[in-house]
Amino acid sequence: MLSLGLAVFLLLNLGAGMWRVLRGPTSADRMLAAQLFGTTAVAILLLLAEASGGAALRDVALVFALLAAVTAVAFVRCAWTDGEEGNDTE
Amino acid sequence: MTLSEYLSAALLVGGCLFFLAGTLGLLRFPDVYTRLHALTKADNVGLGLIVAGLALQAASWAVALKLVLIWLLVLLAGASVAHLVASSALRKGIRIWRR
Repeated sequence: MLSLGLAVFLLLNLGAGMWRVLRGPTSADRMLAAQLFGTTAVAILLLLAEASGGAALRDVALVFALLAAVTAVAFVRCAWTDGEEGNDTE
Repeated sequence: MTLSEYLSAALLVGGCLFFLAGTLGLLRFPDVYTRLHALTKADNVGLGLIVAGLALQAASWAVALKLVLIWLLVLLAGASVAHLVASSALRKGIRIWRR
């Protein structure tokens, strides 16, 4: 029961992180919010695996951890090109 | 409840507090470097505490080992991503915040 409640709390945390995606000023800030989503999603899935007894959710958490890392590296190496100025306020 | 269940619950709640601190830092800090500092450290510690709390209740050693492996992967990924984003931001000329 406790782990279910904590999973909901982390989900609310995630919703609060959405504010940074909207505001952002640079695209790096938005990417940081995506990193937050990755780490929090892993925690939520582990808590849910404990609460519901679904062992497969731990594998899903593993995939999330891997995907968050690959996404961020792809962002830095490919997507964040020189078109964007440093201190812009969109 | 046994002692280990109390300990596990305390670890889980503590981990969630670290996640709250990380999100607060991401929302309130002034530039991308300070946000990186808040996010990557607080969240990885929070995940570590949650993993420790869940590993105490784990049914078998294999499950506990898997939880720890997931945490180590997230740690490794978080550290390298933080370095990549910070050095890339520095190269693009995003100024460091000063009071």
